[in-house]
Amino acid sequence: MNARRNNKIATGVIIGLVSIVVLILLSLIGYILITGLPDVSFKFLFTESKAFAAGGGIVNQLFNSLYLLVLSLLISIPISMGAGIYLAEYAKPNWLTSTIRTSIEVLSSLPSIVIGLFGYLVLVIKFQLDFSILAGSIALMFLNLPILTRSIEDSINSVSPLQRQAGLSLGLSRWETIKGVIIPEALPGILTGIILSAGRIFGEAAALIYTAGQSAPTMSYTNFNPFSETSFLNPMRPAETLAVHIWKVNTDGITPDADIISSASSAVLIIVILIFNFGARYIGNRVYKKLTGDK
Amino acid sequence: MKQYDLTKNNIIQFKPERVALDAKHVNVFYGEKQSTFDVSMQFPKNRIIAFIGASGSGKSTFLRCLNRMNDDVATVDGQINYEGLNINSSAINVYELRKQIGMVFQQPNPFAKSIKDNLTFALKKHGIKDNKQIDQVVKSSLKKAALYEEVQDSLNKSAMSLSGGQAQRLCIARAITMNPDILLLDEPTSALDPISTKKIEATIKELSEKYTIIMVTHNMQQASRISDYTAFFHMGHLIEYDKTSKIFTNPSEEATEDYITGHFG
Repeated sequence: MNARRNNKIATGVIIGLVSIVVLILLSLIGYILITGLPDVSFKFLFTESKAFAAGGGIVNQLFNSLYLLVLSLLISIPISMGAGIYLAEYAKPNWLTSTIRTSIEVLSSLPSIVIGLFGYLVLVIKFQLDFSILAGSIALMFLNLPILTRSIEDSINSVSPLQRQAGLSLGLSRWETIKGVIIPEALPGILTGIILSAGRIFGEAAALIYTAGQSAPTMSYTNFNPFSETSFLNPMRPAETLAVHIWKVNTDGITPDADIISSASSAVLIIVILIFNFGARYIGNRVYKKLTGDK
Repeated sequence: MKQYDLTKNNIIQFKPERVALDAKHVNVFYGEKQSTFDVSMQFPKNRIIAFIGASGSGKSTFLRCLNRMNDDVATVDGQINYEGLNINSSAINVYELRKQIGMVFQQPNPFAKSIKDNLTFALKKHGIKDNKQIDQVVKSSLKKAALYEEVQDSLNKSAMSLSGGQAQRLCIARAITMNPDILLLDEPTSALDPISTKKIEATIKELSEKYTIIMVTHNMQQASRISDYTAFFHMGHLIEYDKTSKIFTNPSEEATEDYITGHFG
């Protein structure tokens, strides 16, 4: 009887705790969406922000966020793929490997404002990148690398060692086995890791305030020359992202509708991140089915 | 457990022209620990040779030496001669070697790909691009592994949807696509049900017409049912190697007799 009662108590406590977590999350997301969504319109999404007058939009900020995201993923995916494959497949358990792992763990717990200030000192000042998308994406890479490396390593490790033996026994080299057998099987996990980290980058503000800057100068979406100063593709221009915009509007916004802009931007941010998360699951499943021939 | 004289052994020899693979004085070390002691034995062509012995007797370890699957895991001393070459030398191209000496493992390990891709993946990597030839190999390998009838309509389905026995036959088919000389089977049926085991045994029997088959088994009935020669390993030593009928009816070593009559192991 005692075991039964204990089990009931434990189950009850666990359900209670989980409900608290779910309740907090749902009410947060709900609050942001309910206060923000009514003010989100096509006009809001597709007009430029205004410094003083009411009625500004977020088109540049939204684009900057996406552009920064793409650039920083372009830099960090190859590096973390290499690191993840090395750690999972080649690294022998010695002091070097454990130093690398410890460094990655330390790096992943670094506060993003520290990464932002480091980026400011090293990239913006020392390397004279100024406040730019490039400086911002490198700073985001620092933030992103440890998590991405870790999730890639975990996905590769979760592939059964039997698969490696199978590859080797067919006269394939280790690299051919990794490339043709292991990575395709680990790909859904890797993709999920990438997309989830994309969500994190998208919402990042602190690391960008001092690297990508807080201004969104007017730019032309028809100028496709990345070296032109007014081009939307120019990686050397300062770029305020959506998350930085929210922070800025709240700290020193002087437009009369600062509150509305802030809540509407937050709602947009949340929705984009939700899309990333659901997209991660969907794409991961699709890719897995495609690669494994499970039609 | 009773102590036996591990240096006393009885090992059959074959005429040189019958020998497919010839191991001489093979010692295997895992770091400091030696797991195989001075094993010398010859494998006759187109026969089924079974390794029996208790867990930890070194039979699987020795089997894995024969296509260099112990590289990176253990140190292997001694000579293993195949077509006039010592394949245990560092000069050997192990990738080419493993095409000649294929292997099937204890747990079925098909790739997480379609049934067809399981068979063609390695072929393509080895430079065979002609679709007709590839289709031909897929069909003939599946037939040899007695799987063709069951999967001919679902070649594009995931190999993960196969049952354990089917998956293992797919692994055998996959090994055959390389057109090897020798097939190493490491307890190929120990993870399978009795019906699948029967099918695989029949497949192995048929395959021995074309290939030399060396298999490790935990199941003595299996060894006596399908093998032509049986080798008994004990504590890393090869104790007795002879015709299967002789091993199971009239073994010359005491350890062998005790093992097959169930005194230990």
